[in-house]
Amino acid sequence: MFSIYCPYCEEHREEEEFHAKGQAHIARPRDPESCSDKEWGEYLYFRDNPRGLHHELWVHAAGCRKFFNITRDTQNYEIKETYKIEAEPRITATQAQ
Amino acid sequence: MSEQMLAEQQTLIPVYALMDQLPETEGPRPESPLCHADLASLAEQGSREGGVRLQEQALLGHLVLRGSLQNESFVQGFAQVMGMALPGALESAAAGDASVRWISPDEWLLIVPGKQAFSLEKQLREVMAGHFSIANVSGGQTVLVLAGQDAVNVLKKSTGYDLRDRNFPVGKVVTTTFAKTQAVIRRTGQQEWELVVRRSFADYVWLWLQDASAEYGLTVTA
Repeated sequence: MFSIYCPYCEEHREEEEFHAKGQAHIARPRDPESCSDKEWGEYLYFRDNPRGLHHELWVHAAGCRKFFNITRDTQNYEIKETYKIEAEPRITATQAQ
Repeated sequence: MSEQMLAEQQTLIPVYALMDQLPETEGPRPESPLCHADLASLAEQGSREGGVRLQEQALLGHLVLRGSLQNESFVQGFAQVMGMALPGALESAAAGDASVRWISPDEWLLIVPGKQAFSLEKQLREVMAGHFSIANVSGGQTVLVLAGQDAVNVLKKSTGYDLRDRNFPVGKVVTTTFAKTQAVIRRTGQQEWELVVRRSFADYVWLWLQDASAEYGLTVTA
């Protein structure tokens, strides 16, 4: 059982209040009409599957219902940080190397 | 389209549906989602002893306000009409019969006597401007008050949230899991807690609370 810090409620809550929503920081192409099939397909379907640090989108579903980001280690499930949806991560894979 | 129709259309702005959900005139009879449980009769015949007291505060006016704290007319308009400020994260405020709960960074739940909801919504809309929303969700949820020395023990069975004094002082409000559903839980006194539950889950919560409080003795109060 995780205790996850919600950056909007500003306190730790039980894991069962949250849902994971996949990879974070996926920007929608500004002009979808001018995308090639490859670009659009990668935007829609292709996701990273790193071993180590991963930035994920989560939602505090049973709490404040806000989406936020979590930097998580996929090897030991350790949550490094949580941050608001518009913020940039402070911990990144390039830093760790 | 004729000029007259165009003029009529322009006078319709702003477009939002504002309805008195508890009109004085003859019409549909409002029913609490727990009306089938007949809590009033249970309150009359129920035992007077028990560690837990349960009361439904039925047919109150529930207004969900959404807006930004940067919107001055939203923040000051609310304070002007309601006589209290919008509370910060996980806090609540009360003034007279009205109480307001923080439920999200841009969302508050205002609960007022049922008959006042319509006029207050109108007043709030008059003083607020810009990007905001007010939704009357009175029919969608109900308020249950759980009190008594064992009320906290019933809650401990129902939610994983830390209910100790240092984490959950009087006045704090959290939206969290409750049994297999969710509730907005607000501590209104040292031994008194208020639950806001969804209409569709009200019967489930009522059955759950009866079961969870059986060992302490449950008294339904009117």
